Parts: sequence; structure tokens; C-alpha cells
Amino acid sequence: MERHVDQELKELNKDILKMGALAEEAIYKSIEALKNRDKAQAQEVISADNKIDELELAIDEKCIDLIARYQPMAGDLRFIATGMKINAELERIADLAVDISQRVLELVDKPLLKPLIDIPKLSTIAQNMIKEAIDSFINKDTNLAKKVVLSDSEADKLRNMVCDELINDYIARDASSANRAVSLLLIARHLERICDHTTNIAEDVIYMVEAEVVKHHPERLKEDK
Amino acid sequence: MQFVTICDNKKMSKITTKNLNFWYGAFQALKNINSTFETNRITAIIGPSGCGKSTLLRVFNRMNDLIEGVRTDGEVLIDDTNILNSHTDLVALRKKVGMVFQRPNPFPLSIYENIVFGKKIHAERITRDSLDEIVEESLKDVFLWDELKDRLNEPALRLSLEQKQRLCIARLVAVKPDVLLMDEPCSTLDPQGTQRIEELVCELKAKYTIIIVTHNMQQAARVSDDTGFMLLGELIEFAKTENIFTAPGDKRTEDYITGRYG
Repeated sequence: MERHVDQELKELNKDILKMGALAEEAIYKSIEALKNRDKAQAQEVISADNKIDELELAIDEKCIDLIARYQPMAGDLRFIATGMKINAELERIADLAVDISQRVLELVDKPLLKPLIDIPKLSTIAQNMIKEAIDSFINKDTNLAKKVVLSDSEADKLRNMVCDELINDYIARDASSANRAVSLLLIARHLERICDHTTNIAEDVIYMVEAEVVKHHPERLKEDK
Repeated sequence: MQFVTICDNKKMSKITTKNLNFWYGAFQALKNINSTFETNRITAIIGPSGCGKSTLLRVFNRMNDLIEGVRTDGEVLIDDTNILNSHTDLVALRKKVGMVFQRPNPFPLSIYENIVFGKKIHAERITRDSLDEIVEESLKDVFLWDELKDRLNEPALRLSLEQKQRLCIARLVAVKPDVLLMDEPCSTLDPQGTQRIEELVCELKAKYTIIIVTHNMQQAARVSDDTGFMLLGELIEFAKTENIFTAPGDKRTEDYITGRYG
């Protein structure tokens, strides 16, 4: 039986997917801008952020409205509560894409400090994680969501490697490289934070589908359902 | 059936049903109900009309015995005594297990006489001073004392619906029951009256074991500690209220509380 609320929940789902697509696009473009030293693309990411902020507010408003009018319970309640949290995570992810783009603008007119190897690797991990987190939300696929959560440690390791290299091989040795090294270091940090927010999304998906809280309980991820 | 043992401490169980079945003539209204209702907790029974929730409630003080052609089997243990035994003292049982109905039903007597009515039946001799004390204590228990202390001799039928419902609860607590059964106690009240009765029910939990039948799922979610969902005479799921309303274990419970049927 189709309920009146079902149509509204479908609309909310559509909006969250749109938000996911916009955040994914912002990360992709900010990384492309970094790789190609493309000032215009970096600026495009920065100016597109308003649209994401507006959608975030609209989704929040829709969730509050659904709670107020329908007093949802069980699966409906978990979907709406998770939708609100994922919405906030996606907005933060898009903000981090803006931060990366700002670092790109800082770097673009200066000579390249070093060939980029690990940062593109880290960005690939971040992009795969967000794609899989959104897919897990669409398909209510908790196995995929668990995979996303577990891949976060890889991103942490890579971020640490990038930071160590920039500090030891550049900042410590040559003060004149510090500005560019710090910008790259921050980009690595932004990418790692994107992975953290994506992990939160995946944990929220697991709660939405299985009503199991895995946040701060990594041991629960290993238990087969 | 999903059955979650809420408390393993046997001493905490007030009412336990074992393989409880109930028939109105040939119609089986309760099917193999196994459940435990804990002391000093509020348990809500929810389910669509005709699912057996009021019938289950009325088994606990054997109110169904008043209907012709009914049959019960299984066990209903209250404080470890099976109340379905033929030698059960029904007057004592109904003193111990009081009931509040949908529509408040004060007697056409004064406020004072309504409250002491039960006490006069159950106690052989009781002084006027003791009765005064019982009236004051009972009205205080339901937060009516300040409103009514100067109107005790007025007819109870002049009270508002909410006050009448409170008075009916005061009438019950005057005889010091252990269990309060409430069958849709707010269904005739406006939202403010409902809120105040719900607050009262939560206050009363400290002294009584409360079982409340309600169609209002938000009310069940707000006031109860445990919730049982019934469907077609079966107890489908019984768990902590927070679990029932956020993560029910049975799809039929989920479908009912999210309005997919019922």
C-alpha cells in the first residue's frame, strides 16, 4: 500500500542523491584543478558551493517538516534521521572540496614543488569511498558501506606518508618551499577529512538499514549479520 | 514471535502469561500469549482494532468472566499466583488489579464518596478520619487535591472529562492496588487533557505496574517503557519501547507502526 508519506520520502531520497552527486562533482573538479593546475576549474568549484549550501538547507527543512507532520517511526524515522546526518556530511565534503580549490589557487602560479604521486592516490581513494558510500545509500547495501568504513585506514596511512614526506623532505630542508609544502599538506589533510566524513555516511547507512550503531564500535563491523 | 526478555530478575515480574488462549464462543481472541510485565514499568499494548489487546487487558482482572460463553486456558501469574484458578477471589483480584476505562465513569455521587466507595466495600470498619486521609492522599496522587479540596461534596459528574478520568484513577489508588490497567484512558480527552493524564501515568509508575492499551502510537512511544504489538490475537513482538519504535524486529510491527496497514 502506497502511503502519502512514501511520495515525500522518495522526494527526500532524490534530493539526498542530488546532494551526493554535487559533492562528488565538487571533489572531482577540485582534484582535476589540482592535477591540471586549472585556476578556472578551482574557481568554478568555489562558486558552485552556494548551490550545495542551499540544497542542504532545503533538505534539512524537508526532514523537519516530515518529522513534524508525520511523526515517523521505525524504518521511516531511521531514514529521515540518517538523511539529515548524511546531508550535513555531504555539505562538509563539498566545503572541503572548496578548501582544496583554494589551496589550488595558492599553488597554481608558483612552480611545482614536486611531482604529485601520493596526493592523486589519496584523491582516488576519497572519490571511490564517496561513490561507494552513496551507492550503499541508494541500494541499502550494508556490505558496501562496511567496505567504505574499513577503507578509511588506508586514507589515514597515505595522508601520514604525504605529511611526513612534505615536512621532512621539504619544510625541514628548505624554508622557501614551506608555503607550497603547507598547501599540499593541507590538501592531503582535506582529502583525509573527506574520507572521514564519507566513513560517517557509510556508518549512517548501516544504522539506517540494520538499526545497528557501528560508529565508535569498530568491532561490530566484523560481526556477520 | 519476537520476545525480548526485558529483565532477567524474576522478582521484578509482576504479571506473566504462559500459553494464554482465550475464546469468545468459537472465536479465538488470544492465541498462545507468552509475556512478562515488569513491576514499576509502563507497558503499552498496541495493535489494530480487534487484535485482542483489550481482551488481554481484561484477562488480568478477569473482567471477561462477565461475558457469557468465554473460555480461557493457559496461565496468568500475578505475583506467582495463577489468577485463572477457579478459587481466585475476584473481589480481591480486582482490588489488586484496578482498571481505568476509555470513558471516565464516576459514580453519580460526590467527589468524596466516589473515592471512598471502594474502600468502604473492601474494609469492614473505617473511621471518618481515615477516610478523609485516604481522600486527601488519593487526590494528591492524581494531582487533583489543590483543585478539588474545597469541592469534595460536589457531584463528581460536574467535573471536566479530564478531572473525571483523574478522579477514576484516584478511586482506584484509594484501595491500594498493585497494578493499573488502562484501556484507552485518553481517547475522549483533548490534547491538553491527554498530556496531563500521560504525565500522571508517568508519575504513577513509581508506585504501580501499569499496562496501557492504546491506539495512539505516539502516546505509547511517549509514556511506556515496554511495548507489545498484537495482531489477530497473537503477541507478535514485545520489547523495550525505544526498540519497537526505532528498530522493530518483526516486519508486521514495522508495517503497523509506519502505517502500512491497520
